[in-house]
Amino acid sequence: MAKTLLDKVWEAHTVRALPSGQTQLLIGLHLIHEVTSPQAFQMLREMGLRVRMPARTFATVDHIVPTASQQRPFGDAVAEEMTVHLVRGCQEFGIPLFDLDSGRQGIVHVIGPELGLTQPGMTIACGDSHTSTHGAVGAIAFGIGTTQVRDVLATQCLLMAKPKLRQIRVEGKLTRGVYAKDVILAIIQRLGVKGGVGYAYEYAGSTLEAMTMEERLTVCNMSIEGGARCGYVNPDQTTVDYLRGRPYAPQGTAFDRAVVWWRSMATDLDARFDDVVRLEADRIQPVVTWGINPGQSVGVEERIPEPASAPESERATWREALGFMDFKAGQAIAGTKIDVAFIGSCTNARLSDLRAAAEVARGRQVAKGVRALVVPGSQAVAKAAEAEGLHEIFRAAGFEWRKAGCSMCLGMNEDKLRGREVCASSSNRNFIGRQGSPTGRTLLMSPAMVAAAAIAGAVADVRAMLR
Amino acid sequence: MSTPSARTRIAGRGIPLAGNDIDTDRIIPARFLKAVTFEGLGEHVFEDARKQEPEHPFNQAAFQGASILVCGLNFGCGSSREHAPQALRRWGIRGVVGGSFAEIFFGNCTALGIPCVTADMADIEWLQRAVAREPRREVLLDLERKEARFADRVIPIRIPDGVRGQLLTGTWNATGVLLEVGEAIEAVARRLPYIAGY
Repeated sequence: MAKTLLDKVWEAHTVRALPSGQTQLLIGLHLIHEVTSPQAFQMLREMGLRVRMPARTFATVDHIVPTASQQRPFGDAVAEEMTVHLVRGCQEFGIPLFDLDSGRQGIVHVIGPELGLTQPGMTIACGDSHTSTHGAVGAIAFGIGTTQVRDVLATQCLLMAKPKLRQIRVEGKLTRGVYAKDVILAIIQRLGVKGGVGYAYEYAGSTLEAMTMEERLTVCNMSIEGGARCGYVNPDQTTVDYLRGRPYAPQGTAFDRAVVWWRSMATDLDARFDDVVRLEADRIQPVVTWGINPGQSVGVEERIPEPASAPESERATWREALGFMDFKAGQAIAGTKIDVAFIGSCTNARLSDLRAAAEVARGRQVAKGVRALVVPGSQAVAKAAEAEGLHEIFRAAGFEWRKAGCSMCLGMNEDKLRGREVCASSSNRNFIGRQGSPTGRTLLMSPAMVAAAAIAGAVADVRAMLR
Repeated sequence: MSTPSARTRIAGRGIPLAGNDIDTDRIIPARFLKAVTFEGLGEHVFEDARKQEPEHPFNQAAFQGASILVCGLNFGCGSSREHAPQALRRWGIRGVVGGSFAEIFFGNCTALGIPCVTADMADIEWLQRAVAREPRREVLLDLERKEARFADRVIPIRIPDGVRGQLLTGTWNATGVLLEVGEAIEAVARRLPYIAGY
């Protein structure tokens, strides 16, 4: 019988099926960071347990690290303490750590693929909801909480129910100025923020096939914003070319053997899905969110919709969103004034994202009064960007060029919105209070659109700025 | 066989929380994740929402001491932070009945022994109104009979069989269950090409 990648990965990692219908699933790669994981070390100590397979877990620091100066000890004593707890736990339990002095530190979902740790056919877990990112390489990857981090450390397994599978086919060519971020925002707009609950998403179709790995990472990253705990793209030549030569990818003849296995894990041609959805790429325009969840968005040429036009279950949230954002239905999204521009996060802080933003920033100036930040996703991204002079383009335009970390995506370090500021952000969540100010407001968009907004001082159509 | 950790029937006063898509950033803002333990989170649950909305149910005297949360659709969406169910539990929540739950939040609650059960939205809305009217009356979540009770009204509830079994038998702390298979874990690992070295 024809199988999907989800079927094949699930079968290969099943330790046992419990009578209840749950699966004891082996987790092939476990990633941890300083905010949700050190408590799990303490749980292990209290239970007298060891880490079952220390070589299958990798750690880094990303959520609370400062991005202005990363000199230890950090100025923020609590951030320093949390980092110390992670470092100590990694030493005690024998877990490799990509620390700030490693040259390999960065946002956990940026460094996994970048180092070649993330490979097709794997199961991956991490105490972070954006673990879905790793599905771009053809893995089944999901976010977990701290108690489950403990379970993975102690047993290398999780108790899981197999999700249903929805294939999302995007067909055709994206027009200039429309990016992977717009594709996933359009998908979430179409299916809603709870449309994916109970499902894994398989992204397919000619648009996805034509995407680079970095673009696919952006799409899979926001699966969770659509309610799907994981999302993936089948491994293909793009995947193979991306992984070749990466530090943790197999080398030499092992790589060739790996490629055979990776390709065998892809969904069979005649496999069936629980649901199939189609989108046309050429109908997607640059997308901007206007509300308080990532499904509340419009094309940049459009107006903020009337709550009455929403499905009944959404109307109350739409009204709440308009009230919180202080927007009016019928108002054009273009021209909305911004105070802050943030280019960063596990969604959009890879080299291609920075290039796209730099293309817009080159030779232009950030509008007066706008605070603009570029936070690369990893030390390696920063190094590569600096090697091609992107940092100078950004600085000349008036952006701050920072060091790698999660930064203003969730405002756990010093990078926060203040008061009612409006932020054009390349991150993934526009929830109330998300960017560090309880009353701050977030407009999600692509990195190029953020650069355009920074320069215009207001939401602007990046297509008019691309030469 | 019943163990102290079994979750068969959970009774307590209710607290109604209107609205859908309530995310974990709202349940516990990220600044409270700056700590190396979960202690003290209870007092910060919904902190910003409570400041912005004085009438927030978690502020109301009538609902202090409640332990059954009645919420809408897609509750707990967003960040995987276990701090959200930890904060709810430390505030006093022992069971949640809602229209639907985000999956990571649901898994985190299960791992803490907090049942999250779903019901039709018409029943949820009725229960929210009923609890608001009679905050001193107890809500019963009966996992054995798969029903919620309030006064003389019986509401059918749903919960996946596997998780229901874990809660009924007190095996929601998965570590022990996962360790039962012993070396079978390593056997599966050795068969995986990427662990075996391709």
